[in-house]
Amino acid sequence: MELEDFIQKFANQFDDTDASEIKADTKFHELGEWSSMLVLALIAMANIEYDVTLTGQDVKDAETVEDLFNLIKVKLE
Amino acid sequence: MVDFNPFTLENKTVLVTGASSGIGRSIAVACSKMGAKLIITGRNEQKLDDTLSLLHPNSHVKVICDLTDKNSVQLMVEGLPKLDGVVHCAGIGQRLLCRQLSEDNVDIVLGVNFKAPVLLQGELLKQKKINKACSIVFMASIASWVPSVGNAVYSASKAAIASYAKCLSLELAPRLIRVNCISPGMVWTDFIKYESILESQLKEDESKYPLKRYGTPEDIAYLAIYLLSDASSWMTGSNVKISGGEG
Repeated sequence: MELEDFIQKFANQFDDTDASEIKADTKFHELGEWSSMLVLALIAMANIEYDVTLTGQDVKDAETVEDLFNLIKVKLE
Repeated sequence: MVDFNPFTLENKTVLVTGASSGIGRSIAVACSKMGAKLIITGRNEQKLDDTLSLLHPNSHVKVICDLTDKNSVQLMVEGLPKLDGVVHCAGIGQRLLCRQLSEDNVDIVLGVNFKAPVLLQGELLKQKKINKACSIVFMASIASWVPSVGNAVYSASKAAIASYAKCLSLELAPRLIRVNCISPGMVWTDFIKYESILESQLKEDESKYPLKRYGTPEDIAYLAIYLLSDASSWMTGSNVKISGGEG
């Protein structure tokens, strides 16, 4: 699991946010497009792409894109 | 007080699917306390044993069965006695946005929530396991008319089973067999706790219910008792909403 690849998949969940706006240190809760629907989208992404179960709280607690990446990495171990 | 209990389930044999947890377990327990003999099914033996230990003692039977497996269902039905009540409770949920749905997601949810109860019910009828004046109950949901994000296939599966039940009620009416649906609002069970929604979001949603709370499994079980008992003899083809006023 590579960070760059993860960022790309993460960015792909957004429709109106340009992928260039999403980086490892992006505080994604502050993005204009952020909504509770994206929580569901990210939970499903983690499940489909990495077979990892995230909770809504996990997504809420992660501050940056990399935080979420690291959490999934830990759960993968 | 006179000895008056129109809701008794004494001398009734009742099959409850999905009895290993949540609403199904609660219905099994409540029915046993009303005097019914239970046949409980589920996939998880440990959890089904836990349910069995909670039942008011009688000659209850547990059957481990994956209701999506045709051969297992046929075998299970062959071993069943004649039934006075059936509660189709086994169900599955998922939260996925429409754009994320895969063929598997659709197949699994419709398979468990619609296809499995339809085929089980067909097998019960084919093998003549349904007594005259039996009461059949399907677990639907207010989700079939109350939309929520990520719940599309689940909602559709519950609408499907509710429509099926209405047709079945017509076909079985000549033998006084009754078919009804229960459509609960949100009920506090593991089913919703594992839905990957924030508990705080659930609490907020709960506060919007007119009666200010989600249901308990017992709330639903008491309605099931009514529908299974002779008290509801004139009721068939109904879909009863029980939701603290929501929906």
